[in-house]
Amino acid sequence: MLETKTTPFRYDESLESALSHIENLLKDSYSVSKRTVSLLLLQGDPEIERRVRKQEASSYTSIQRIVSEARANYNQPISYVIALRRQQEAKRILSTTVTKKEKFGIGFAERLSRTMMNPVTGSLILLIVLYFGLYQFVGVIGAGILVDFIESTVFGEWVNPWVTDFVVGLVPLQIIQDLFIGKYGIVTLGLSYAIAIILPIVTTFFIVFSIIEDSGYLPRLAMLIDRVFKTIGLSGRAVIPMVLGFGCDTMATIVTRTQETRRERVITTLLLALAIPCSAQLGVIFAILSGNGLALITWVMAVALVLLLIGYLASKVIPGERASFYIEVPPLRLPKLSNILVKTYSRLQWYFIEVLPFFIMASILLWIGELTGLFNLAISGLEPVVKLIGLPAEAAVVFLYGFFRRDFGAAGLYDLHSSGELLGVPLVVAAVVLTLFIPCIAQVMVMLKERGIKTALAMTLFIFPFAFLVGFVLNLILTKLGVSL
Amino acid sequence: MELEEKAEELLETIWICTEEGTEDSLAVVGLREEEKEATEQLLKVDYIMATDGHLRLTKRGRPVARNVVRRHRLAERLLTDVLGTSDMLLHEKACKFEHLLDRGLDESICSLLGHPKICPHSKPIPPGGCCQQERAPAPKLVSPLSRLSPRQKGKVAYIYATESSQLQKLMAMGILPGASISLIRGFPSYVFQIGQTQFAVDKEIAKAIYVRLVEPETISETQEELPHGRGRGCRLRRFGRWWSKRS
Repeated sequence: MLETKTTPFRYDESLESALSHIENLLKDSYSVSKRTVSLLLLQGDPEIERRVRKQEASSYTSIQRIVSEARANYNQPISYVIALRRQQEAKRILSTTVTKKEKFGIGFAERLSRTMMNPVTGSLILLIVLYFGLYQFVGVIGAGILVDFIESTVFGEWVNPWVTDFVVGLVPLQIIQDLFIGKYGIVTLGLSYAIAIILPIVTTFFIVFSIIEDSGYLPRLAMLIDRVFKTIGLSGRAVIPMVLGFGCDTMATIVTRTQETRRERVITTLLLALAIPCSAQLGVIFAILSGNGLALITWVMAVALVLLLIGYLASKVIPGERASFYIEVPPLRLPKLSNILVKTYSRLQWYFIEVLPFFIMASILLWIGELTGLFNLAISGLEPVVKLIGLPAEAAVVFLYGFFRRDFGAAGLYDLHSSGELLGVPLVVAAVVLTLFIPCIAQVMVMLKERGIKTALAMTLFIFPFAFLVGFVLNLILTKLGVSL
Repeated sequence: MELEEKAEELLETIWICTEEGTEDSLAVVGLREEEKEATEQLLKVDYIMATDGHLRLTKRGRPVARNVVRRHRLAERLLTDVLGTSDMLLHEKACKFEHLLDRGLDESICSLLGHPKICPHSKPIPPGGCCQQERAPAPKLVSPLSRLSPRQKGKVAYIYATESSQLQKLMAMGILPGASISLIRGFPSYVFQIGQTQFAVDKEIAKAIYVRLVEPETISETQEELPHGRGRGCRLRRFGRWWSKRS
C-alpha cells in the first residue's frame, strides 16, 4: 500500500476533517492511499464509490453521511473546490521556481495559426490543403501515376503472366484455374485490385493525413467548421473522424468512440457510411472525373448536399443531448518524417489485415456466383434499377461489386470508364450513387459492433435505396436541364 | 418611499424564505427587537401583511423585495469580482452596499459586471430590465468571454456552468478563477489563450466563463516603454511616434 512520505498539502478545515473521518473508516486496503480514496469519494468518483461500497460493507453508510455533510458545506461541487485549492498550490510552486521571460509580438507559427482560424483565409488554406493534399497527391500521384504503374506494369507485365503460367502448369482444370487467374480470380482480381489500386491510394492518403495530424491543423479546422457541424447535430470535434473517413470509413467509424454523446456517434456513423467517400473511391473518382472539371464539381456538390441534408434531418430526428464543442489548439509544428512514416506504416498494416481477406473472399464469392449463375441472376435483377437512373446495363456489374466493397466497385467503374462505356452524365450519376453506398462489408461489420444491430440495420436499409433515389433525381435534373458533362 | 436598512433587510429575508425557500411565510416569533420596528414600517407602506404571527409579502412588496435581493447579490459580485473582498467580510459589506445601489445604479453595476446570473454563493440573481437587452453596451469590468472583443485580456473571475458536465470540461481545461485569459478570436468559434495553452470553444461554453477585464490601455503603455519590441503592433507604434515627432 502506498502512503505518502511527505505531508500532503492541506485543503481547508472542513474538508480536512471530512477527509480524516473517512480515512479512519476505511479499513480495507486499496492500490492508492486512503487519502486519495477519500478525496475521490468526496468528488463523487463512480468507480471508487463502487469499490468502497463493496469493500467497506459495514461502514459504507457512515462514509456516505460524511460525504453528503461535506458537500452541504459548499456552494460549489467539491471537485471544483479541490481543483481551486490545487491550482492555488500549483501557482505558489510555480511562482517560487519558474521565471517567465515576457515575449512580445507574435512569431511566424502563431501568425500562421491565426490565418488558419480566420474564416476567409482559413477557407483558402483549406482549399489549398484539399487541392494539393487530396487532389494532387492522392488523386493524381496515388490514383493516377502509381496505380497505372503497379497495375499495368507490375501486375500486367510481370505478376499476372508469371502466375498464369504457374497455375496453368500446376492444375489442368479450367474451373480451378479460373479461381486464381480468371476474370474474378484471386490473383488477377482480388490481389491485383488490393495491391495495384487500393494500396497506392491508401498509402498516399495516410501520408497526407499523418502530416495534417502532426502539424496541428485539425483542431484549427474543427474550430472553423464547428458552426456548420452544429447544424448537422455534430460539433467541430467530428472533423477528426470525418477527415479520417476520407481515408477509410471503417477505421473512422471506430474512431467515433472519441465523441462525447451517443447522438453524435450515431450521426457521424450514418454520415460516414453515406456521404464520406473513402480514399480508394476518391482516388478512382478523381481519376475518372479529373479530365472533366464540371463533372467533378457536380459530384462534389451532389454529395455535399446529401451530407448536409441528411445530417440536418438526422439532427432533428435523433434524440439526445446537443453537442458541445471544446478543443485544445496546440501550437503548429513541423511534422517529423520518422513519425509520419511510423504512423503511415501502422495504419497500412491495420488496413491490410482488415482488407485483404475481404478482397480474397469477394473474389471467391464472385467466382462461385459466376459458376452457379447466381451472379448473372443478380445482375439481371439490378439492370432495371440501373437503367432507371440512366446508366448502361453493364453498370449493374459495378454496383454488384460495390456491395462487396465500395472501392471494389469504384475500381470496376474505373475499368468501365477507361473502356469508354461510361461517360458524361451517367458517369457522374454512377459516381454519386456509388459514393453514397455503404463502403464495404467490413464497415457493415464495424457498424454492427459499434452501434448495435438495430441502428446498423436501420442505416443499411435506409442507405441503399436512398443512394439509388438520389441517383434517379440527379439524373432527372441533369437530363431535364440538358446539361452535358 | 425610502426604506431604512433594517426594513430592506427584513424584506430580503422574507423574500428568500418564501420565494426561494419552501416556506410560505416568515414566523414573527424568531424576530429580534429592531426587526419588529422594521415590521411596523413595512406594514404601514403595505409591503407585507401579518396573519397569525406570520409575515407574507404583498403584491406591492414582492417586486421591491426582489429588487433588494438583486441589489444585495450584485453588491456581493461587485465586492468579490472587482474589489477582491474576502469571503468573511462579504455578507456584511454587501448589506451596507446594497442600500447605496439606488434605482438605476443597480443597472449600471449589473452592466459593468456583465449581467451576472449568480452571486458568489451560487444563488441566482433576479434579472433586471438591463439583463433582457442583448444589445447593451460592451461590459467594462467583468464580462462573459462570449462578449469580449479579440485581444481583450483579463483574469477568470468565476464560472457560471449550467451543467456539471460543463464545469468538468472547464476545469479540465484549467479554466479556474484567477487564471489569465485573453480572447484571440470570437468568430466562427471562440479561441482564447489561458496560461500557456490555447483552446477553441463554442458559444455555450464561452458564455459560462466570466472574465475580470484588464484595461487594454495599461498593457499598451507598458509595451510602449520597451526599446526592442517586435511584431506589427510595436512597429506601428514606433512608426506613429516617428510620424508625430516629424510633423
